[in-house]
Amino acid sequence: MAMPIAASPKNMGAPNDLGFFGEFGGRYVGEPLIEACLELETAFTNAWADPSFRQEFLDLLNGYGGRPSPTTECANLGEMLGLRLLLKREDLNHTGSHKINNVLGQALLAKRMGKTRLIAETGAGQHGVATATAAALMGMTCTVYMGEVDMERQALNVFRMRLLGTEVRPAMSGSRTLKDAVNEAMRAWVSEVGDTHYCLGSVMGPHPYPWMVRTFHEIIGTEARQQVLDLTGELPDLAVACVGGGSNAAGLFAGFADDPSVRLIGAEPAGGAAAGRGVPAIVHGMKSYFMQDEVGQILEAESISAGLDYPGLGPEHSHLAKTQRAEYYSVTDEEVLEAFQLLSRTEGIIPALESAHAIAWVMKAKDELAGQTVLVNMSGRGDKDVQQVQEILEQ
Amino acid sequence: MSASMTTSNTRSLRGYLTERSASGRLLMPYVTAGVRGDWLELIDACIDAGADAIEVGIPFSDPAIDGETIQQASVVALDAGMTPAQCLSELAKREFGVPLIAMTHYNLVYRYGHERFAADLVGAGCWGTILPDLPLDVAGDWITAANEHDIENVLLAAPVTSDERLVEVVENTGGFVYVVSTMGTTGGRDTVDDAATVLARRVKALSDVPAIVGFGISNAETAVTAAEAADGVIIASALMRRVLNGDSTDDVASLVSEIRVGLDEAYGA
Ligand SMILES: Cc1ncc(COP(=O)(O)O)c(C=O)c1O
Repeated sequence: MAMPIAASPKNMGAPNDLGFFGEFGGRYVGEPLIEACLELETAFTNAWADPSFRQEFLDLLNGYGGRPSPTTECANLGEMLGLRLLLKREDLNHTGSHKINNVLGQALLAKRMGKTRLIAETGAGQHGVATATAAALMGMTCTVYMGEVDMERQALNVFRMRLLGTEVRPAMSGSRTLKDAVNEAMRAWVSEVGDTHYCLGSVMGPHPYPWMVRTFHEIIGTEARQQVLDLTGELPDLAVACVGGGSNAAGLFAGFADDPSVRLIGAEPAGGAAAGRGVPAIVHGMKSYFMQDEVGQILEAESISAGLDYPGLGPEHSHLAKTQRAEYYSVTDEEVLEAFQLLSRTEGIIPALESAHAIAWVMKAKDELAGQTVLVNMSGRGDKDVQQVQEILEQ
Repeated sequence: MSASMTTSNTRSLRGYLTERSASGRLLMPYVTAGVRGDWLELIDACIDAGADAIEVGIPFSDPAIDGETIQQASVVALDAGMTPAQCLSELAKREFGVPLIAMTHYNLVYRYGHERFAADLVGAGCWGTILPDLPLDVAGDWITAANEHDIENVLLAAPVTSDERLVEVVENTGGFVYVVSTMGTTGGRDTVDDAATVLARRVKALSDVPAIVGFGISNAETAVTAAEAADGVIIASALMRRVLNGDSTDDVASLVSEIRVGLDEAYGA
């Protein structure tokens, strides 16, 4: 049965007027973008208060996006690890990841605002594909910025976006990965702000994005909580998700933020462990933990997974980390490859490399988790990564 | 020129610019610190060519408001090892005949520490800061720290800035209002938007604070157009483009001279 959209949890509520979650967040953008952020904030606030908008969103999520996504018990791998393993199957969504939730919400909102064009940044290409999909559905034109390095790593997704009628532009600056794609998209947004909506792909950027994107993803946690209760009669002991910018994690966590018995775990790549090793920085329109050098230059993340190749994370996660409501740990590329293969072999589910980070953490922590019920967000499917993994494994 | 320079406890960037603008339009060239080995000489040459003040760019790894040219200049400077501390200490060893204004992204200031950055700016001959990604809503702490050292923090206004917000910008800015000529990133353009003139008029209608136009000014012609309703212009990318092309310091400075002449012919010296 389709789940209604619930009210936001108390512990992951709205940020303050300036967009801060505790000390993190805000709206650190140039004056030309301030009005656009204010316009978006007003539009989102009004839309979300409008039951007809929410209903339209829910209908799209269900009828087009394929929600609700199931929660699957993984008995084989669970037994092997000595715990009860449940997967929230965002990999079964249309376009293959959780990203579609946010994109359908933003595209609907953009239409409501009278915008005719979408732009987006993408890392793995999943958010780009989702945005291209929504643009095709709603008859909007679309340009996606993608780091040149990522365009090579995720060539299939580049082709998918083009097939969907979207223009893909390479971001050539810096590390030519996700952070540079964000810079490019922000630059483009400034000059096209009149008719263009910037469809940001994670819980990051200037206010209202971190809050809005999380809100559009709360359906993950809302559904998962009820499904776990239906399956087990109890809440899970842990809710685990991978963290790049942190959108799939934020959506999952929102379902359990007010359940103090549920540990919230974010799995970051060792080469981009912002919550683990970061220091607050102001970049990409927000104050949040970032990997940076001693003077404040932002470092380049390095991860096997393009979707997590980001040196920072969303401000609400920084707040959850600082207040210790959520815990963040890192896993190495090797551990991720191991998890990628193990889940495929034992459960017949090929995870996205991003999602494999969450599995990798569970594998690593299995002794500590013995006998517990562990809910993992399977944020996406691994089709896009198969070729890359093949190349790595055959080396 | 140095007659209008005053000691640090009485200096005022706004006062200085107001006084200078009485007799003509102001010209503020921008130089990225460390863009090449002789960047300090480049500043001298710009001053000799008629600059009223200099914007010194401290390079940042993720310059989201900058177009291609300043991005490239930043990469070159960062690759050469330029840091905020080095920039300020190199500036501190020199005397310049005009005020300097540090322009950078806020993270570098935040990491440096407000208090220490403000103090070191004074030692470096900087009278003000331009931090485009620190809008007024979140600039309070920095403005307080800066003002204690008589550093004036310049706020920006954009063509889309609402009337209500423009009042706040004008009231809270230090030194001048940076009039962003166009909805876009920094970068030289062939023509300047009418938007610059419209916005400069809106600023002048609210206050006598100097209004200086930047973004997209590439030569004498665009400078003259942009300066029509404003008190002056900032030229950045067009200069850095020449530097990146390997032009000599004289050739770079000749662009400043051309603009100086153009402004003086159009608006009197
Ligand atoms: C399948 C999948 N999971 C996770 C992510 C990371 O994003 P976030 O941290 O915002 O959930 C991506 C990003 O591309 C992704 O494609």
